[in-house]
Amino acid sequence: MSRRRAAWLAWALQALLIAAIASGVVWLVQHALEVLRSRGVHSGFDFLLQPAGFEISEGWLDFDAGQPFWRAFLAGVINTVRAAVPAALIAVVLGTLIGIGRLAPHVLVRGLCRAYVETIRNVPLLVQLLMLYFALTQLLPDSTEPLELLPDVWLSKGGLALPWPVREEGAWWPSHFEWPERGSFNVSGGAALSPEYLAVVTALALYTASFVAEIVRAGIASVAQGQKLAAQALGLTGWQQLRIVVLPQALRVIVPALTNQLLSLTKNSSLAVAVGYPELVSIANTSLNSTGRAFECIAVIMAVYLGLSLLISWAMNRYNARVALRGWR
Amino acid sequence: MNSRIRPALAAVAATLAFAAAPAFAGKTLDAVKQRGTVKCGVTNGVAGFSAPDTQGNWSGLDVDTCRAIAAAVLGDGKKVEFVPLNSQQRFSALQAGEIDILARNTTWTLTRDASLGFHFTTITYYDGQGFLVPKKLKVTSAKQLKNATICTQAGTTNEKNVADWFKAQNIPVKTVVFESFEASFKAFFAGRCQAFTTDTSALAGLRNKEAPNPDDYVILPELISKEPLAPLVRRGDDEWFAIAKWVPNALIEAEEFGITQANIDELKASSKDPAQQRLVGSGDDLGKLLGLDKDWSYRAIKAVGNYGEMFERNVGPKSVLKLPRGSNNLWNKGGLMYGLPVR
Repeated sequence: MSRRRAAWLAWALQALLIAAIASGVVWLVQHALEVLRSRGVHSGFDFLLQPAGFEISEGWLDFDAGQPFWRAFLAGVINTVRAAVPAALIAVVLGTLIGIGRLAPHVLVRGLCRAYVETIRNVPLLVQLLMLYFALTQLLPDSTEPLELLPDVWLSKGGLALPWPVREEGAWWPSHFEWPERGSFNVSGGAALSPEYLAVVTALALYTASFVAEIVRAGIASVAQGQKLAAQALGLTGWQQLRIVVLPQALRVIVPALTNQLLSLTKNSSLAVAVGYPELVSIANTSLNSTGRAFECIAVIMAVYLGLSLLISWAMNRYNARVALRGWR
Repeated sequence: MNSRIRPALAAVAATLAFAAAPAFAGKTLDAVKQRGTVKCGVTNGVAGFSAPDTQGNWSGLDVDTCRAIAAAVLGDGKKVEFVPLNSQQRFSALQAGEIDILARNTTWTLTRDASLGFHFTTITYYDGQGFLVPKKLKVTSAKQLKNATICTQAGTTNEKNVADWFKAQNIPVKTVVFESFEASFKAFFAGRCQAFTTDTSALAGLRNKEAPNPDDYVILPELISKEPLAPLVRRGDDEWFAIAKWVPNALIEAEEFGITQANIDELKASSKDPAQQRLVGSGDDLGKLLGLDKDWSYRAIKAVGNYGEMFERNVGPKSVLKLPRGSNNLWNKGGLMYGLPVR
């Protein structure tokens, strides 16, 4: 058999296999739908247009119970992003510092950074999240007696309230600040960061930072010793050696691994449901329960995470193409 | 982590089960008899309704409903396999056939009745949603909760009721919802929220069992919803539906006709009242109409007592909840419990 024919056969076999699997999946789904219908279980995505009937406690998107489910899901996606983006930024900065710290000449700095990495990355994220959340809600002062950290910045079990610029209806730019005010139960007005949100962002950032630290350390270690010595010979200071010579080369190793961490972080944000932060999974759970559309709601969750992950991968791959050695992609 | 992926697993399991099993009807009773146990979906632990003790023995009103059915069908109230489910898993588990009956203080609503492929059977408890607040806030009415934060559990009718009620009253509040019941009340007792909301029966249980000091908390007078709690079965099996409907109903009838766990043997031997005779198995054979034998209701009452006894033991004066009978009294004593005639 010629090589060409063998290649053709391999293609044909793979195509057949894929077709068989696909038709199997289609058959399973169709049969399931049929059985559901025969038992009087309603299915389909039409419920997305009906009013949701529940409130969402926080988020960038204004939402009230009369609005449809799709908007609730959208608010959930936005809340996921609202938690994941700051957490990712903190994780990268903190992780990089700790990673550099792990190679520091000082024993104390090195030891502390190592202790951080080994403690944080070896405890399950959910446990850390719950611990942090309950610590916050136990230890902070009651929201009826908030603590004034700075003038007009209040911290309590109700969260962190700070002044926030607001714009008039129809205006493009914020015109004045809204100041938080103490009410009979809670501080209201201004921007409020709930303890749920603070716990989620902090836990995600601290946890991911421990992995980022190891990636950064590995990246720096991968740069040949001679590079550093050469930089030294040119008279660069320690910081300059790192910034101009070592880190740019280390990035080639760091970026692909970092992409994985950012993907994990985004998906891990779904743990927020445990502490009552209304992100996508939390909202899908509530919707699932009030409508009974389990498959549909979970399909939405899957589609959204897939979309977010592909977006992150795409952006990181573009960045990677810029830092990678030419011809080495 | 576990509880987060469980709904997803349940959904996958449901898909597979639906895909694998042909539509079946009338087979639950046979399956139960063959297996030798009734699989009963319950809560992870709600005092008075379904909660395991330290030895893992389940007790509660919903638990007794399942035990009564097991006694009627299998002759032994202990032949029940309890499957703890959270509020998100419960419906998928029943749809997928993982359980035979769901007795998990579930509110009977139109959406659930008409669109999930279930039949609710008999109301076993008339509940209403209320609020628990710390006494130190000096709140005496739910209408004073303006701008307050309220903790509750996700995926319950409670979450929707709060939104509806405060919207109707035009009072802004914030709700924080947690996936698990436990996390939601822990956050409340930690002081995250100024009020906690769920069915009042469960509020009483929380206040008496979970609060650091029960006297520091008070249940507000408002009931913001009707929560008729009833067990459910799958559609498409009318025989099993009838059993799940008439066994709890027989317990309500037993109370009305003065049949108790203690006097049932005596009444079986000596009663001349036809209504009593039918319930204790010495009169007409109604069991065969349900696909059971003549002593079906005798065994159910013998196993758990009549409805009044169940109430007293699980949620009434003999329990930690100490709930008043209220709407759950018999119809001829000012309540709503109206047993359909067993004849």
